[in-house]
Amino acid sequence: MADNVKLTIDGREVEVAPGTSVLEAAKLAGVLIPHYCYHPGLPVAGVCRMCLVEIEKAPKLQASCATPVAPGMVVHIDSAQAKAARQSVLEFLLINHPLDCPICDQAGECELQDFVFQEGRSSTRYSEYAKRYNPVEDFGPDILYVANRCILCTRCVRFMEDVAEEAVLNVSERGDRAYIGIVDTEQLDHAWSGNVVDLCPVGALISKDFLHKARAWDLDKTASVCPGCTQGCNIMLDTRDNQVLRVRPRPNMDVNHYFICDTGRLGYQWLNRADRLEVPMIREGDKLVPVDWDRALARAAEITAGARDPWVALVSAGASSEALEQAAALVKTRGGSGAFRVTEGTEEPLAGVEDLALRKERAANVYGALEAGFSRDWDQTLHTARNAGLVIALDEWRDGPGDDLGSTPMIYVGTTLPEVVRKRAQLVLPCANMAEEEGTFRNLRGRVQPYFQAKTAPGMARPAAWILQQMAAEAGVRTTG
Amino acid sequence: MGYPHKSHPKETVVLSQYFGDAEARTVDGWKKRGGYAALEKALGMSRDQIIDVVKASGLRGRGGAGFPTGLKWSFMPKEVKKPHYLCCNADESEPGTFKDREIMRWTPHALLEGCAIACHAIGAEVGYIYIRGEFTEPWTIMEKALAEAYAKGIFGAHAMGKGKRVDLYLHRGAGAYICGEETALMNSLEGKRGNPRIKPPFPAAAGLFGMPTTINNVETLAAVPHILNRGAEWYKSLCLSNPKSTGTKLFSVCGHVQKPGNYEITLGFPLKDLMYDMCGGPLPGRKFKAVIPGGSSVPILTAAEAEGTLLDYEGCVAAGTMLGSAGCIVMDDTTDMVYQVMRLAAFYAHESCAQCTQCREGTAWTVKILQRILAGEGSMKDIDLLLDLADQMTGKTICVLSDSCAAPVVSGIKKFKGEFEAYITSGRKVASA
Repeated sequence: MADNVKLTIDGREVEVAPGTSVLEAAKLAGVLIPHYCYHPGLPVAGVCRMCLVEIEKAPKLQASCATPVAPGMVVHIDSAQAKAARQSVLEFLLINHPLDCPICDQAGECELQDFVFQEGRSSTRYSEYAKRYNPVEDFGPDILYVANRCILCTRCVRFMEDVAEEAVLNVSERGDRAYIGIVDTEQLDHAWSGNVVDLCPVGALISKDFLHKARAWDLDKTASVCPGCTQGCNIMLDTRDNQVLRVRPRPNMDVNHYFICDTGRLGYQWLNRADRLEVPMIREGDKLVPVDWDRALARAAEITAGARDPWVALVSAGASSEALEQAAALVKTRGGSGAFRVTEGTEEPLAGVEDLALRKERAANVYGALEAGFSRDWDQTLHTARNAGLVIALDEWRDGPGDDLGSTPMIYVGTTLPEVVRKRAQLVLPCANMAEEEGTFRNLRGRVQPYFQAKTAPGMARPAAWILQQMAAEAGVRTTG
Repeated sequence: MGYPHKSHPKETVVLSQYFGDAEARTVDGWKKRGGYAALEKALGMSRDQIIDVVKASGLRGRGGAGFPTGLKWSFMPKEVKKPHYLCCNADESEPGTFKDREIMRWTPHALLEGCAIACHAIGAEVGYIYIRGEFTEPWTIMEKALAEAYAKGIFGAHAMGKGKRVDLYLHRGAGAYICGEETALMNSLEGKRGNPRIKPPFPAAAGLFGMPTTINNVETLAAVPHILNRGAEWYKSLCLSNPKSTGTKLFSVCGHVQKPGNYEITLGFPLKDLMYDMCGGPLPGRKFKAVIPGGSSVPILTAAEAEGTLLDYEGCVAAGTMLGSAGCIVMDDTTDMVYQVMRLAAFYAHESCAQCTQCREGTAWTVKILQRILAGEGSMKDIDLLLDLADQMTGKTICVLSDSCAAPVVSGIKKFKGEFEAYITSGRKVASA
C-alpha cells in the first residue's frame, strides 16, 4: 500500500490516503468545504464550483472535490480569493432561486440556506429582474420537481445514471434555461428513486408523501434500522407529535451506503396506526376484559402453571432479537418449539452498490429469529400447536384473521387484535412496535444492529422483550435476559 | 485571399494555394498537385521521426490555444496497449472564424492527408473528424473526398499499404458551440451531452471513450503534409517576429473592411497591413474603431492598439489580447460598442452548457445588465457590477467559455468606457468615438 500523503489545510497538518480529494481530506481535518454537486456516494462532477479553494503554487482556484491531495500541498479554504469566489457562486445561485423558504419542505435542512447564512452576501445585486419561472413537474409516484429551486448540481442525474443505472434524468436545455429533464416516456419510479430527494441539496426534488407535512426543525430524529426487509438498511426515523413522518437513510458503508429503497422509505405508516392494542386484557367467558399489568401478569402465571407441555411459540420475524430470544427460551424449557413466516416480494437491487437490495424476505429480523432457534416450517409448527399445551404468539396475524389453533390455550403479545386472538386468546398483552422500543435486528449477513426508541407506545403497551421476560419470571422460567 | 480566389502579394500562400481550384478537391487532382507525397514520406518514417519533424517545425495548434503540436503528439503512449484515437476538431463555431470551412471546401484531401499522417504518428487506428453541423457544403465535400480516399486505400482495411486497418469517420455536430471545446467534443462523439470534462485527465491519457486521444484543429492537421514535404527548417523559417510562432496562418477577416475574406500570412505579420493592404482598409468615409483579432473570445483592441499589433501568439499577448482562432472582427466608427459587447455576451449566454454556476448564471446576468444599459436604464454601479461578475467568471470554471464571455466585457468597458457612460448618463449612444 502506498504511503499516506501529508498536506496542510488551513494551517492544520493532515495525513490521508493517496487519491483522497482535498475536500475529503479537509473533512478529516474537521473542516467542511461548502459544496453542492459533490456527494461521496456519487461520481465527481465538479460543476457547482462552490468548493473552490486556494492551493499554493496553483495558478488559479481549484475545485477541491476534483483535486486529489499531493504531498506538501498547502490549502487555504478561507483565503480572501476563495471566499470571494464562493460568495459569488452563492450570489449566482440565488439570482433565480425563488426564496420561497417559508413554504419549502427543505427549509431548515437546505444546503443553500446553510451556506448563504454561513458566507453569502447580505443582499443581492440582482434586484431589477424577474426570476426565471418554470412550473412544478410531476416526476413520478412520489417525486415532484420544483424547477425554480433547482441549482443544477446534477446529483439526481448522476444517481439515476451511475448508481441506479436507469438513466431517466438529464440536464435539458443550456445556459440559464437549463433544467432537470426526464425522459418523456419514463417516470421516476425505480425501486430506489426516492434517494434523489435526499440527495437534492435544495428543495427542488421533494417527496409527495412528506409534502408540507412538517418543518424540518420540528422533527425529532432517531437512529433506527429499516424494518422492511432483511437488508437492515440504517435509517433515521423523523417524528413529530409522536408520529413517524419520514424515513431517511443513515449512512453505513457496510450496509446501505447513503441510500434506502422506496419500499423502506414509504412503508412507515404502520408504525403510526391507530387501531392498536393499548391495555392488557384477560378472557372472561366470551369477552376480553381490560386489566392492569399486575393482574395480567398474575393471569399469565396462572395459565402457564396450568399448561401442560409442549409450549409452542408463533412469532413475528419483525420482532426484536431480544423479544425473540425471550420467547424461544420460554418455550424451550417446556419441550416446545417455534416458528415464523415471512411475506415475500421481488428482490430489487441497487445496481451501483454491491450487496445492497430490497430483499425478497420482507421482515427485518428473519436472521434474528433463526438465530434464536425459530423454524421456517410454519405449517408443521402450527400442526404441533394445535395439540400443544400452550401457544405463545408474538405479534403474528397483525393484519389477518389468524390461523386455526384448535382448542390450545393462547397467550398473545402483540400490537393489534387479530380476529383469532379476540375469539380465542386467554390473555392479550399489548406491546410496542419497533419505533416505540429499543432492540436489535440481525440482517442477512449476520450483522446485529441496534435501533432506538423514536416515539412512545400507546396506552399501556410495553416492549415485547419486557413482557416476555416478566412472563418467564412469573412462570419461574430462567431466561437469558 | 478574398473573393474571387486571388491571393494578395503580401500573403504567404501555403494552405490556401488551391482555394478556388475545384480540381484540387478530387484525389487525383490533389495528387497531381503533389498531394499524398507527404504521406508516402511519413510511412517511411518512424512515429518518433515524424513527431520530431513536427516538433522542430514549431507548428502550434491553430484552434486557439496554440499548444505545440509535436509535443502534443509526443504525449501519446509509445506502446499501443489500448486503442488510440485521433480527433480532428472541425467544429469551427467561434464567431468571426471561417478558415477551417475554407480548407474543407477546397482542399479536403489536405486535411485527410494530415489525418492519415497524424494517425500514423500517434498510433491511432481510428480517427474522427467532428464537423460543425451547419457546414453543409464542407460536409458533402469531405464525404466525397473521404470516399475517394477509402477507394484509393488511404484508409480502410489495408490503409496506406501497411496491412493495418485505419478508419476515419466524419461526425456531424448538432449545433452547439461548446462541442468545439475538445473534451465536450469527445463527450458529443461518445453520444453524450456535449459538456466539457474536468482536466486532468488530459486527452492523451484518457480522451475519447477513455482512451489515449490526440485532438487537433483542421488547420493544424492540414499544415502537417506541407511540413513533411518541405521540411521543418522551411516551416520554421516562416517567421516574421517571435521564433516561437512559426509558419503560416489563415486569418478570417470580417466586419467593416472593404475586402473581407481569408488571408494567409506568415506569423508575425503586422495587423495593420492585414487591415489596410489586404482588406483594403475601412469603407469609404469611415474610420476603424476596434478589432477583435482572434475570434469573439479574445479581448477587444482599439484601432490604435490593433495597428501596432504583430499577428503571432506572443504579439497578440503583448497587445493585451490573444491570437485565438484568428477570426479577425473589424469594427468601424459606426459601431455601437455597448451593443456589440452585449451581442457577444448573448452568444455565450446562449451557448453555455450550464454545468458551472458562474457560467450558467453569470453569462445570462451579464447580458441582462448590458441590455438594461442599452435601454437607457443603467446606472454607474452596473459598470462595477459587470467587472466584478467578469472577475468571478474568469478562471473559475471547467472550461473557458465563461472566461470568453468576460473577456470582451472587460476589454469593452476598459477601452470604450465613454460609450457605456453615455448610455447611462444620457440614455443614448455616442455618435462617434
